[in-house]
Amino acid sequence: MKHKTFFWFMLPSGLAMLLFIALPIISVLIQSVYAPHEQVIIEVENCGPFGCETSTAVDQDATRDLREAEPLGRFVGNNIYTDRNHLATSEVGLAWQSSTGIGDFFSKLLNLPFYGALLFTLTYTAVVTPMALIFGFVIALAVNTLPKLLKGPMIFFSLLPMIVTPLIGALILFWMIDARGVLGAFIQWVASDPNLSLKASTPLTWAMLMVYGIWSSAPFAFVVYYAGLQTVPDDTLESAMIDGATPFERIRYVVLPHLLPLTTFMALIKIMDNFRVFEPIVSFNAAAHAQSLSYFIFNDLGGETQLLSSSAATSVITIICVSILLSPVLYRTWRDFGKS
Amino acid sequence: MAVVQNKKYSVALMLTWVFLVVWLIVAAFPFLWTLWGSFKVEGDFFSKADWTRALTGELTQVETGGVFTGAGYEGAWIKEEFWKAALNTLIMSVCVVTVSLTLGTLGGYALSRSTFRYAFWLLLVALIFRAMPPITLVSGYLLPFYEWNLWGHLPTTIVVLVAINQPFTLWMLTSFFRNIPKDLDESAMVDGCTPFQAFRHVIIPVMWPGVITTGLFSFLLAYNDFAVTTMLLSKENQTMVPKIASFLGTTQTKGNVMFAVSSVVSVTAPLFVLVLFFQRQIVSGLTAGAVKG
Repeated sequence: MKHKTFFWFMLPSGLAMLLFIALPIISVLIQSVYAPHEQVIIEVENCGPFGCETSTAVDQDATRDLREAEPLGRFVGNNIYTDRNHLATSEVGLAWQSSTGIGDFFSKLLNLPFYGALLFTLTYTAVVTPMALIFGFVIALAVNTLPKLLKGPMIFFSLLPMIVTPLIGALILFWMIDARGVLGAFIQWVASDPNLSLKASTPLTWAMLMVYGIWSSAPFAFVVYYAGLQTVPDDTLESAMIDGATPFERIRYVVLPHLLPLTTFMALIKIMDNFRVFEPIVSFNAAAHAQSLSYFIFNDLGGETQLLSSSAATSVITIICVSILLSPVLYRTWRDFGKS
Repeated sequence: MAVVQNKKYSVALMLTWVFLVVWLIVAAFPFLWTLWGSFKVEGDFFSKADWTRALTGELTQVETGGVFTGAGYEGAWIKEEFWKAALNTLIMSVCVVTVSLTLGTLGGYALSRSTFRYAFWLLLVALIFRAMPPITLVSGYLLPFYEWNLWGHLPTTIVVLVAINQPFTLWMLTSFFRNIPKDLDESAMVDGCTPFQAFRHVIIPVMWPGVITTGLFSFLLAYNDFAVTTMLLSKENQTMVPKIASFLGTTQTKGNVMFAVSSVVSVTAPLFVLVLFFQRQIVSGLTAGAVKG
């Protein structure tokens, strides 16, 4: 296809992506080095029968004019990045000097909001991605043994946790797991503790969020692995059977290597998707126990005072983290295709 | 030897089927439970004293005179004007799908036919864009949108959602277009068509299966969106998902949580129907990019 034709066909889509994905990243970068203008303080003299006295007051008009004239704010360099809500460089330095050991340092570090959110996001991604892939693979193997008539309905019900809106799927699970819901009652009975509440405990909240993550991600892995299982070459399987391989050995030596490219592809997509976990935390009302990077940004943007600069700084750090996560794949792709 | 082996395999088969039944319950039961419970009152569905009340509906009988009640639905749809949110979602989803597919088919066609290296790099850049968490992009939109008076309007959200979904749409459509033989449009151009005429007369009639599948996923992305819609829309023109999130804040009043339960069921019902009718397309869409690589 000629260059000019390609340009015109690609223009609408490319322009949309440039305007609404590339430019916001730059906008976020710019916003993160500005802080809102502080209020303009003036000194007012009050003269009465007993003499004059000065007091300070906020000049609302001047403040408003300043904020309207320069909506971006005042340039603060990397002050927002290093403040307590973000990288907290001074607090980290203090914790390093005053802590008694690595464990103590880490527990002090995790009390800082940003590092706590980072840890939860990384843990969630590291746990949910492999577990969902494994679970999906096992379901695919199992569904493959079903008679043809049952496969359709089985796939229908398996797709549901993935298709439903994340916020709503998490709400549905949350209402069941709540202390007053059916699963909450069941867990209390199993643990013989009528006061056990998942909402009150941080480790249990983390566990519940990850269970939701696996429940909603497994169908995707299931469908892709199921399709992949249909393409496993029959003759390789048959020769393995003739050679005396048990079903487990067949899976391990024939099926799994064949599905490896699919696994890498899915792992990439799922790592990207799990890193931006955010809706379950809203549904589970888990902000007190578990915050993710995206929820941190959402919290800054929502609420009564919009902390645009703070959310911009967290956004920049999040984008950098995502790029770091993507870099092995990008490097490998560049190495494979860039040379040919 | 053969008998022992058969016994071992039939045990394995039994375990497999038990596992499948457990998975079926885990996948489907929450939805059925919530559907059943949406017709009860709060005291039954969220009963600390006795969870079987959700099944028998004791308090529902006491409070409303019947085992089932539509009070949750009435409160959400009429009192809280959920029907407005549903209308907004309908408008938004239809517009996002239409515009997204128009832009995506043009771009995907170009990417599938180009033999130059830059097409590959463009797809890679699109993949990087797809990895960006939407909430970080929203953080970048808010200040400019406030300044230029674009915040709070439905068309703004539509344009933003189209743009954010372009990477995914492009990847899917490029893979579908690669399966349409190049000879078709090449022979059309040999016959004297401009590239756009070739696209319009030759490609468009045969591209529908791939376009329907991609349209399904575009619809899901727009319908299920929360981060963008909740931050860019005002209270008056919210779509369904942010409206449900706003119900959650008001559930301290007794009975209001049932509004959230019934609206959750209302939002999930169309998705059920969607999967029921388009199951094959959804499965083929999920595997298309993956299996063919």
